[in-house]
Amino acid sequence: MEGLETYLIVATVIAAGVLLFAGAMGAARALRPQVCSAEKSLTYESGVDAEGSGWAQSQIRYYLYAFLYLIFAVDAVYLFPWVTVVKDLGWATLGEMGVFLGVIAIGLIHAIRRGVLRWI
Amino acid sequence: MNAPSVDYTAVAPMLAVFVAALVAVLVEAFAPRAQRFIIQVFLATVSIATALIFVVYLATQDTSKTTAGGAVVIDGPALFLQGTILVLALMAVLTMADEASPESSAFTAQASAVPGSVDEARASRLGLVQTEIYPLILFSLVGMLLFPASNDLLTMFIALEVLSLPLYLLCGMARRRRLLSQEASLKYFLLGAFSSAFFLFGAALLYGFAGSVRLSAIAAAIADGGGTTAASAVVGKDGLLLMGIGLLAVGLLFKVGAVPFQSWTPDVYQGAPTPVTGFMAACTKVAAFGALLRIAYVAIPGVRWDWQPVIWVIAALTMLVGSIIAIVQADVKRMLAYSSIAHAGFILVGLLAMDRAGIGAVLFYLAAYGFTTIGAFALVTMVRTSTPDGGVGGEATHLSQWQGLGKRSPWLAAIFTLFLLAFAGIPLTSGFTSKFAVFSAAADQAPWGPGLVVVGVAASAIAVFFYIRVIVLMYFNDSVGDAVTVTRPGALTTLAVGVGVVATIGLGILPSAALGLANSSSVFLP
Repeated sequence: MEGLETYLIVATVIAAGVLLFAGAMGAARALRPQVCSAEKSLTYESGVDAEGSGWAQSQIRYYLYAFLYLIFAVDAVYLFPWVTVVKDLGWATLGEMGVFLGVIAIGLIHAIRRGVLRWI
Repeated sequence: MNAPSVDYTAVAPMLAVFVAALVAVLVEAFAPRAQRFIIQVFLATVSIATALIFVVYLATQDTSKTTAGGAVVIDGPALFLQGTILVLALMAVLTMADEASPESSAFTAQASAVPGSVDEARASRLGLVQTEIYPLILFSLVGMLLFPASNDLLTMFIALEVLSLPLYLLCGMARRRRLLSQEASLKYFLLGAFSSAFFLFGAALLYGFAGSVRLSAIAAAIADGGGTTAASAVVGKDGLLLMGIGLLAVGLLFKVGAVPFQSWTPDVYQGAPTPVTGFMAACTKVAAFGALLRIAYVAIPGVRWDWQPVIWVIAALTMLVGSIIAIVQADVKRMLAYSSIAHAGFILVGLLAMDRAGIGAVLFYLAAYGFTTIGAFALVTMVRTSTPDGGVGGEATHLSQWQGLGKRSPWLAAIFTLFLLAFAGIPLTSGFTSKFAVFSAAADQAPWGPGLVVVGVAASAIAVFFYIRVIVLMYFNDSVGDAVTVTRPGALTTLAVGVGVVATIGLGILPSAALGLANSSSVFLP
């Protein structure tokens, strides 16, 4: 198949998913008895009364984990394809990869200076 | 298998700024806090100036070439746009660096401190300065330099991200009204992420059509009506091509702030620290239009009859919506934001011409508009509210606070009037020359060009109303008393505004040299 027709399969799968969900929920709604009460519309918190608001601020300091993850993951993403061809590409690419790692290392040095790697 | 060779002279401007950005990160890590500010400003200005010298050198060499395995192309438009971006960025950095005291700075003392918290008060009392803005500006600048010079869609996407991500952060660093600033930052980030996704999906579809992300390969695939892949059939691939172009256009038109993707512009321009707003309004626009030009003229000129009508409508709507909604704005920064939307429409008019005159007109317009914009936003930073004890407060951006500035501060009012007249396109300013250039190119060459020019002139006439209204407010209304104070600009801001004034008048009275330069650099390397 060529062109946009290939997306027909994707569209079909999405449509099937929507139908499945709507069918199951619709059938359940049609079959079940409906008795509404205030307790039922509360948020389910494992049987405990829900407290406070649903909005919460997340901790900004987790960005450090994302930061470190990126530094090491991006290394790996490019290093592994590179080692498979480094013999053909020659010595010059070894230097180029050194430059790349150096750039990444600057991020790591910055992180170390900020005390990210200190054991708490 | 050969590794792609890189012509380091051709990419020297980008490398200079990139290396400086990396060094700036190390400065943040190692230099003592007290010296960071001066080192960072020095590093930023010197690296931008060095890059500018490289660009001028490359321009005198007069050789267009592709390098880095064909991913980067250094040709006339790329060099002109890079030079423009560097000069504008230098002006913007000067306005950012000019701080009499940390208190009057546009930037927060510590961006990570929660607004209104004890931490924030402590950081402010210690007189901390957030020097991370300079590496962020430099990284953003690398993306901007690469964006109009990228020769394939993937490089273009990377450049787009490199220029956008630091800008998202910079928007959230205003010293005052920090929640508004952070809201602007979040809005810009979310909408920008969406638009990047559109761009990427468009690039994927075009890859499906042409079998390559290289712009010239896409043009070739359009020319022979199929793909470079086997079993090319025109039928059934047209959809891929047109949808790809459409999605790509969404991503790029978002960055330039064209209707219907303009809704982020006023909020972000208002919330961001004013020097950053100037930097965004001028440099991002230049870079994004550069990329738009390259895609339109190099990759997809073969199907111009399919996309020109759409861009025609978008250009007309952008001009009208920007001009009309600006009338009801009561905030200077929001008004300038809508004005920038209208200007995006005018520039799109030049893009539609699809010939050399059109490219030259767009290049000239971008440079002229950039100088005026950075100057105008630099002036906005000087008009402040006064605190009860006679100190300097935040920026007084409400238009009612600008009443009577003509008497209190004649110089500021006179220069702002000049910039407003240039925005309006009054003769003897750069705005007139650039509007004339795009309109004449479009009238000659664009499909239904005269119609578009009529819409453009109507939009200009509407726009004149709100520019003149501000001038009337400044000169013919009574002053609001001591509620507003105009700070004395430092030497750096004066220099930046001076360059803006000279460029605005110079490009209006003697435009032939700059127009000639723009026209002679208007040949894309296919």
